Amino acid sequence: MAIDSYRLDGEAGGNWLFRLAAPQAFFPVAGKMIPWFAALAVLFALPGLYLSFFVAPTDFQQGEAYRVIFLHVPAAWMSMFLYVIMACWAALGLILNTRLSGMMASAVAPTGAMFTFLALWTGALWGKPTWGTWWVWDARLTSELILLFLYFGFIALTNAIDDPRRADRAGAVLAIVGVVNIPIIYFSVKWWNTLHQGASVSLTRAPSMATTMLVGMLLMALAAWMYSIAAALWRVRSIILERERDAQWVRELRGVQ
Amino acid sequence: MNWGSFGNFVHMGGYGFYVWGSYLMGVVCIAGELILLARRARLAERRA
Repeated sequence: MAIDSYRLDGEAGGNWLFRLAAPQAFFPVAGKMIPWFAALAVLFALPGLYLSFFVAPTDFQQGEAYRVIFLHVPAAWMSMFLYVIMACWAALGLILNTRLSGMMASAVAPTGAMFTFLALWTGALWGKPTWGTWWVWDARLTSELILLFLYFGFIALTNAIDDPRRADRAGAVLAIVGVVNIPIIYFSVKWWNTLHQGASVSLTRAPSMATTMLVGMLLMALAAWMYSIAAALWRVRSIILERERDAQWVRELRGVQ
Repeated sequence: MNWGSFGNFVHMGGYGFYVWGSYLMGVVCIAGELILLARRARLAERRA
């Protein structure tokens, strides 16, 4: 690692995307992007929460209990999106053998696990008043719980292997195999007879909910996206420093500070 | 949606425990992750 001959402005250059794939090039770029994504997260969350609690009408069946939806659905969406993103970074690392890819996969995993836990927790608190139970072993809930274990497995496996490049490859295999669980979660409400309701929002037909509810939920989902990007970028900066602490560019960074 | 009073808002039509229990955990999760992220960044910079 100490001999890192990569040059940002080298004649071998390549295009900007490949230059950014070097951890030392991505480190300052990530630092500049974090405040923007954090600001966007707040900017989406504030009107999202306002619509969720002060504009969206009371549900005619569930009363006010349905307001859990504005947190539950964005959390559940992010739990699946982030897993796919993590697996894509992991696969990219396996195929191209780029160092940054594995770091990105590791940076996404804890945020994905957090949203998965939140989806399960809010689901339990929504299920109790509407279904009469905190938990039921139906296909949707069980596959979402498996998703949480996949995140835990990925984090535990990559932390258990000392050599980061080997840890990345082992984690990548687990992450890619686990992707099969994502369509199972998504289609579980169609494939099996579940207590969990079907999708309220779909690309192929009009959403089955009031417009203000839908807009509030989508704003909260956008806020969750922006938060996730900011959190992953912040984490990847720490991972880069941890893994490259012996590299010349990190020493120069330290000299500057 | 006009709640009328702060008490009604907290009460959430009888579902306050479930609604606020959800959002409270959301705040705890995000605050917890941000604290861990800040600590990891501080340690990484110190050891770099």
